Amino acid sequence: MIMKTKFLRKFNMNIISFRNILLAILSIALFISTQAQQKDSVVVPKLGPPPSMKLPQIQRFTLSNGLQVSLMEKHDVPLVQVELVVWGGSVNDPENKSGLAGLTAAMLEEGAGDRNALELADAIDFLGANISPFVGHHTAGVIMHTPLSKLDPALSLFADIVLRPTFPSDELERNRKERLTELMQSHDDPGAIASVIFDRTLYGTHHPYGIPGMGNEQSLRSMTADDLKNFYRTYFHPNNGFIVVTGDVTLKEIQPRLEALFGNWKKQDVELPKLPAAQQIQERKIYVVDKPEAAQSIIRIGRIGVSRSTDDYFPLLVMNTILGGSFTSRLNHNLREVHGYAYGAGSIFDFRPTPGPFIAAADVQTNVTDKALSEFIKELEGIVQPVSDDELTRAKNYLALQYPQNFQSVAQLDAQLSDLNVFGLPDDYFNTYVQKILAVTKDDVQRVAKKYIDPEKVAIIIVGDRKQIESGITALNLAPVQFLTIDEVLGLAPDIEKK
Amino acid sequence: MSRKILFIALFFLSTSFIVAQQINIKYQRFQLKNGLDVVLHEDHSVPVVSVNVWYHVGSGMEKPGHTGFAHLFEHIMFEGSAHVPQGKFSEWLESTGADNNGSTTTYRTTYWENVPSNALELALFLEADRMGHLLDVMTPARVDQQRDVVKNERRQSYENEPYGMASITIDENLYPPDHPFHWPTIGSMEDLTAASYQDVVDFFNMYYRPNNASLVIAGDIDPVKAKELVIKWFNDIPAGKPLPPLSGPPAYLTESKKLVMEDNVELPRLYMNWLTPATFCPGDAELDIVANILAGGKNSRLYKRLVYDMQIAQDVAAEEASSPLVSTFGIAATARAGHTLAEIEKVIWEEINKLKTEPPTDREVGRAVNEFEASFLDRIELVGGFDGKADLLNNYLLLTGNPDYFNEDLSRYKALSPEDIQTAAQTYLKENANVVLSIVPHGKQELAVPVKGK
Repeated sequence: MIMKTKFLRKFNMNIISFRNILLAILSIALFISTQAQQKDSVVVPKLGPPPSMKLPQIQRFTLSNGLQVSLMEKHDVPLVQVELVVWGGSVNDPENKSGLAGLTAAMLEEGAGDRNALELADAIDFLGANISPFVGHHTAGVIMHTPLSKLDPALSLFADIVLRPTFPSDELERNRKERLTELMQSHDDPGAIASVIFDRTLYGTHHPYGIPGMGNEQSLRSMTADDLKNFYRTYFHPNNGFIVVTGDVTLKEIQPRLEALFGNWKKQDVELPKLPAAQQIQERKIYVVDKPEAAQSIIRIGRIGVSRSTDDYFPLLVMNTILGGSFTSRLNHNLREVHGYAYGAGSIFDFRPTPGPFIAAADVQTNVTDKALSEFIKELEGIVQPVSDDELTRAKNYLALQYPQNFQSVAQLDAQLSDLNVFGLPDDYFNTYVQKILAVTKDDVQRVAKKYIDPEKVAIIIVGDRKQIESGITALNLAPVQFLTIDEVLGLAPDIEKK
Repeated sequence: MSRKILFIALFFLSTSFIVAQQINIKYQRFQLKNGLDVVLHEDHSVPVVSVNVWYHVGSGMEKPGHTGFAHLFEHIMFEGSAHVPQGKFSEWLESTGADNNGSTTTYRTTYWENVPSNALELALFLEADRMGHLLDVMTPARVDQQRDVVKNERRQSYENEPYGMASITIDENLYPPDHPFHWPTIGSMEDLTAASYQDVVDFFNMYYRPNNASLVIAGDIDPVKAKELVIKWFNDIPAGKPLPPLSGPPAYLTESKKLVMEDNVELPRLYMNWLTPATFCPGDAELDIVANILAGGKNSRLYKRLVYDMQIAQDVAAEEASSPLVSTFGIAATARAGHTLAEIEKVIWEEINKLKTEPPTDREVGRAVNEFEASFLDRIELVGGFDGKADLLNNYLLLTGNPDYFNEDLSRYKALSPEDIQTAAQTYLKENANVVLSIVPHGKQELAVPVKGK
């Protein structure tokens, strides 16, 4: 029995699975059609009605400074998770300072209160707790996960990290070097290369979604401790975010604790800049990034999707499940099960507060890159035709009936409740999800497919061995093909030793 | 106000300690006449049931020339059986709101379905049908099709992954050629090409028998009903021949093997590996703690020196990869630009030797043990999926004979003293019995740990 780190998984790969969750997507009474060929009087079991689930109630309270807290209790395992979220992510990076939000968040745990980075880590680790900052496109914050028995000391460290970070300059230098080295290492990783050029092709270099949140060599080298402190002072305020609590505590137990720790946190006006409008892809484009001797080609196809607040959200979930959101989806069935071109294929709408990308993706064997590309286009064209009754029912059931599985752990509850707050969803959202999925019709699916999937207007990114795949891709005549080097996508690998 | 808070805090802590100390996973266990071992565990927190089947076969039972077969076979298990047409296995499960997956290691192959509780019988039927009737409909075409998928899995997870070939090379050098861990679970491309329809038939008849399997059902179940359904679907599946447990020749190293590989990477990475005691054997838990003291968190010795103070490494990790027969202890570190793996190796040996000379502090051991203790709570939150409760019950059952081995497992760590940790480092992390692999960028052999005689 062993806790494996992400890094170690890479070098100890002897556990291998049937299914690659390439893109994690991922809850009445509908009976499934299980008409098997029946031999030996074996009858496929008929199912009773699906179980219903009563989710824990969402409880809300406000601290004396206005900081809003939402809570879902879960008492079967003595664990508690607390998350603080503020509006202030990589979209808020100032011009020429891309990566600032990420570096600011990372630095929260590099010294806080009267503890330096090592003392802080020692105190947290000794509790068996986990307190980690995070950054996203629109938000940043800190997540705390702790055994209930260590709640009070863990909360006190959590409050230090959120409220009293010190941003020491030696730690900044160390983090800067680490990030520059990560930039260098991204040259090794075909998936990372594909994602940078994909985002840039969709959003351009003037929209924050088109700029890597990691930053670039120039921006990382230019950042000062004052830049970080300014970013922190601009966005980390109680009126610019919220706290989510899940797990083995009651409102009565957690409210006074949070009030004592966060109630004196001062409010301040926060101005959130508006994002520029992104222009949709107007014609099909193909970029091939040369990765000599690559055993596979990374394929990413997509365009700008739609924001999370769209009325089309539920039809889109169902449509995407049919296209590429589950194992039996068309893309995975075609590319993996029928043709064996890939270990897995799928698609996702990355829903954000403003329109995020739609992405269809697979890593395919080099010598079938052109054939795989044709199959992708075929499936993107096919999804605008009416789907079958079977597919529709299966996709709806899969989404609706699987939903309770998202509410098992304190971390899952936290993720659900945090999303609900970020996207401003109503408190009855969890309890109306199933009926909203089940209400989606075949016409809805076709309508949203036509509206959002236009295979004539997509960006196609391929990272692979140019000399093996160029002629095949060009011969497809899908669009003009532009060839890039890795350095043209990522810039030269930083010279770390340079001061 | 503050007095009130204090009162609440004290009350709160005194009640919760008790809960955290003892983990009891209640279960029922029975065996069918065909030898199938069954464990039932109730957990009604969400209306979900996990059906979890372990076949006690993995790549360690393969013969040279047939590597990768246990895992290829795992893929074929999803391609339909007598009463389940091809493609319907996943379609029917998805139609009920279920997820499913499988995985293969050197010693076991597992399958699970996480289903809404009304679909328990469907999951049991699907597992029973492929256990009893896979071959009725098996064709060479189905084998061919999954052969291509698995080859792409190998390309994606190993060949096209930076440093992805490291584990294959390390295992080839840690274990002698006739040892079951010598070859990778994913197999070689040649052997995957050669795998035949007849291999599928033979493998199934030999290993995929109920007497070589165990079934855990965990979650929102009525145990009486669940037992009836297990009997209904599994009772008539014929038993196979008794099988000997996984075995192999002794694995030992008599030298420090230095190896160098080139890869399409910017930075060199060093891998150091030792052979260590099998899972749950004396020394195994000690080495988990050694790994944590060396590379778990900012204050760990190697992280602090290589990454934090000297800043000559980008990352460092250590792990005791526990396994039946023999485990491996591994350390890996990526050098920063301008630094060699020889510099990194020197610091690693200094820290290992320090641990051998002097026991770790109480704080270091306490920190590691507390982290393990907390991780046990995380393990019992999810009923299904990889490393969910059903998986853990099956794991403990196979490796210890006791599905609810949680407390025994945890007490291994809590019983350790600093001297135990020191002894483990002295006993197992030997200077003259290990495999040291340098992966360097193309043409940069000078960054590697020097190989003797070169």
